[in-house]
Amino acid sequence: MARTTLRHLGLITALATFLVLSERPARAADPPGAECLACHGDKGTTTTRAGKTVSLYVDGKKFATSVHATFGCTGCHADLEGKDFPHPTPARVQCGTCHATEQEQHARSLHGKAIARGDALAPRCVNCHGNHDIYPVKDPRSAVAPLKVPLVCGQCHREGTPVSRNRTIAQDNILENYSESIHGEALLKKGLAVAPNCATCHTAHLILPHTDPASSINRRNIAATCTKCHSQIEIVHRKIIRGELWEKQANVLPACPDCHQPHKIRNVFYDLGMANADCMRCHANEKLRRARDGQSMYVAAGDVSHSRHNKVACSQCHSEVNVSHVRPCETITHGVDCTSCHEEVGKQYTASIHGQLTGKNDPNAPTCKECHGTHGILGKQDPQSSTFAMNVPRLCARCHREGQKAALRYTGMQHEIITNYTESIHGTLLKNGLTVTATCTSCHTAHQILPRTDPASSVNANNVPTTCGRCHHGIEEQFENSIHAKRVSGYSKPLPVCNDCHTAHAIHRTDENSFRLNVMTTCGRCHEKIAETYFETYHGKVSRLGYTKAAKCYDCHGAHDVLAVTNPNSHLSRANVAATCGKCHAGATRRFAGYLTHATHHDPRKYPFLFYTFWGMTTLLLVTFVVGGVHTLLWLPRAFQMRRELRDEEEKAAAELGKPVHKEGPDAQR
Amino acid sequence: MPPARVVERQFVRFTRLQRILHICMIVSFITLATTGLTLKFSYTRWAAILSHLLGGFESAGNIHRSAAIVMFGVFVTHLVDLYKLKKREHTSWRSLILGPGSMVPNRQDLSELIATLKWFVGLGKRPAYGRWTYWEKFDYFAVFWGIAVIGSTGLTLWFPVFFTRFIPGSFLNVATIIHSDEALLATGFIFTVHFFNTHLRPEKFPMDITVFTGRMPLEELKRDKPREYEALVASGQLEEHMEEAYQPIVTRTIRAFAWAALTVGFFIVLWIIYAMLFAYR
Repeated sequence: MARTTLRHLGLITALATFLVLSERPARAADPPGAECLACHGDKGTTTTRAGKTVSLYVDGKKFATSVHATFGCTGCHADLEGKDFPHPTPARVQCGTCHATEQEQHARSLHGKAIARGDALAPRCVNCHGNHDIYPVKDPRSAVAPLKVPLVCGQCHREGTPVSRNRTIAQDNILENYSESIHGEALLKKGLAVAPNCATCHTAHLILPHTDPASSINRRNIAATCTKCHSQIEIVHRKIIRGELWEKQANVLPACPDCHQPHKIRNVFYDLGMANADCMRCHANEKLRRARDGQSMYVAAGDVSHSRHNKVACSQCHSEVNVSHVRPCETITHGVDCTSCHEEVGKQYTASIHGQLTGKNDPNAPTCKECHGTHGILGKQDPQSSTFAMNVPRLCARCHREGQKAALRYTGMQHEIITNYTESIHGTLLKNGLTVTATCTSCHTAHQILPRTDPASSVNANNVPTTCGRCHHGIEEQFENSIHAKRVSGYSKPLPVCNDCHTAHAIHRTDENSFRLNVMTTCGRCHEKIAETYFETYHGKVSRLGYTKAAKCYDCHGAHDVLAVTNPNSHLSRANVAATCGKCHAGATRRFAGYLTHATHHDPRKYPFLFYTFWGMTTLLLVTFVVGGVHTLLWLPRAFQMRRELRDEEEKAAAELGKPVHKEGPDAQR
Repeated sequence: MPPARVVERQFVRFTRLQRILHICMIVSFITLATTGLTLKFSYTRWAAILSHLLGGFESAGNIHRSAAIVMFGVFVTHLVDLYKLKKREHTSWRSLILGPGSMVPNRQDLSELIATLKWFVGLGKRPAYGRWTYWEKFDYFAVFWGIAVIGSTGLTLWFPVFFTRFIPGSFLNVATIIHSDEALLATGFIFTVHFFNTHLRPEKFPMDITVFTGRMPLEELKRDKPREYEALVASGQLEEHMEEAYQPIVTRTIRAFAWAALTVGFFIVLWIIYAMLFAYR
């Protein structure tokens, strides 16, 4: 080794002599740094630093084409300016002299700080950019050309390097994962130079850990970073999230890498692995309890994987986790906020009576999980779901069944709600498996539940026809044009809506006798007089006997299309009445329709005919009975007298004969 | 030759046809009353039960109208019988109406009524009644009146579409009131006054079955209708009107039927009283 060094020194000396001699004429025409290259252009030029042989070779050709060629050697190695050979070991080149901004950024970055700490593994400018062969970034020959960046970073950030082994870096297999990701594939395999490389996300010089608030990959900034390229990504996610919230509520909402894991980014929703597995390391333990109150913190893995949220990571709901902590969940301070994704539903819920109670911290108030469950949450189309149509009444019954907490605090008129519903037509159909029939939520809505006194409630009297009309549309149309609709009657007092006749929960089939026979009483709640007098006529009497065949209110007046009889469209208008009667009485005429279906003989002013006929007949009855009765009563004593006399005569006759006479007896013959 | 049985000979008061008509009348009348009152007193529990027992209001209505046809039949048959009687025994309608056996009230009835009232209050003896007493004539014409009034209104209600071609629809309401109140009168009267006058009267108690057998003991004729008896004796025609009495089995059967009719009538009266006094709406 010593011999080689000596030989080199000899060579250097010879060269130096040659250079010194030919110095002036050569400088004008020579390529930049030719003077230096006289020695450094030789591949054999080496020196020993810290006991190691270091090549001092500089590729003159490359240097001549590099961006720095015009500056010559001393442009960077300024401390060698004017120094003659043998010059001292040059100081470290200060790129920042020209590249002040980059220098400053690098100094703030984790790389720069590592250098400041004296970390020997920390990269300096040359480690990425090279030294004498620096080209513009866009030049494919550049060490930091987009296509090469992963390799440059990968020098350290790949498995097995001292950096990956000795430094704490949250991610592993970075280069491998990246090269398999959609970004890496585009860049490395397909040569798409605009595909993001490391620096696109991490920046070139201001590389900071993701925990640093200033980092481009910090939770608060990651959305901005990703949207530099994915500017329209909001549209894709709008159905679950409003994109602007990613930036505004980055602490609450899932951030891009929660779903699209860093470096492993795929163009599909990533199969959950790592993050959930991290959680399950503890939460798969059945005995796991919360220290505070002993509540079980066990999460059955199957629950989530079979749930509606099986593509959602733990941290997307439990969003306050912090992966840089040993226990990432120790930073969680709030419960799961479903409204991060289900924003519209959240608004509805907050306005509802359930949400209002929750707002008041009422212990009875149901939150999302009371109805939907937690990890095992299922879609409402899933028969196993607690919100599946057939399970809804049972779900609501948990609180609203008589004796349960909601029923106990309820002060309204509706009782035995669940029982009544179960026996109703809706309940019966549901039991038979007709899932499109009305359940609790069909009328009360799922999330906007409000007491009927609230004008915004779906079961407020003003909204009931619309609510029922969602299924019974044809009937709603008829009803909205009937006298019972405010719009038509202009009546200011409360008018009946669907539930006033059909009841709210105990709704029965209208072709059931119970409904048909009660309808008169139902109408009679408002139409008191007219219902009373109806029962004095044939139709009413037959109905009262319990038969449904005689005409009832709706048979003549119509059910939902009731109109004033003065309205030409009414079933009972001058033009229509005969046809209406004709439904039962074939051949009915206008005159036939003159029959008074609500007549009473107790009203001399309205029905004088009937009144006087009735009293005429009653008088006849009374007179006849009084005369007949008096005649009979007067007769009675005489009749008893006659009976006594008759007995006496019979006894006398019997005594004369000695025994009763038996003319028919055989003795009499003899 | 087997020894002939000596059977009591009794006075024949009613012809076979008359007896049959009376039975038909009883059956149809009770049927009409029962079915009709279910509707009139529809507000009582009783009515609903009965109506269901009768097979529903339509079935009850059909039974009611069938019974009405029977009663019309009785009425028409009687009129035909009267016509035959006139041809057989009278030269003119006038003689039928004014003759001694006529049902039409006359001066004699008026004096007997006055005499009866005097007897009731102890101012005289019991009048010597003839073949038909004034109360029997009243009952007879009450049926005529009833059939006319109830029958005509009933027909109107039976065929309302047809009849409203001639009368206003509201007359159906009037017809209903008349039909139902007149029926109440008839039912109430028959099941109380008529029952008492002919059956429950103490000296006849428990019942007089003459109208079913058509025969009455001569003693009874002498006592009840002395004037008729004397007239028959005087004219020497009494023997023409005597026939053998029925076997006990026949009279027992008749009594059973009569008892049934009486009992039904009695319950209907109770129901009417209950409905009118305690459940009226």
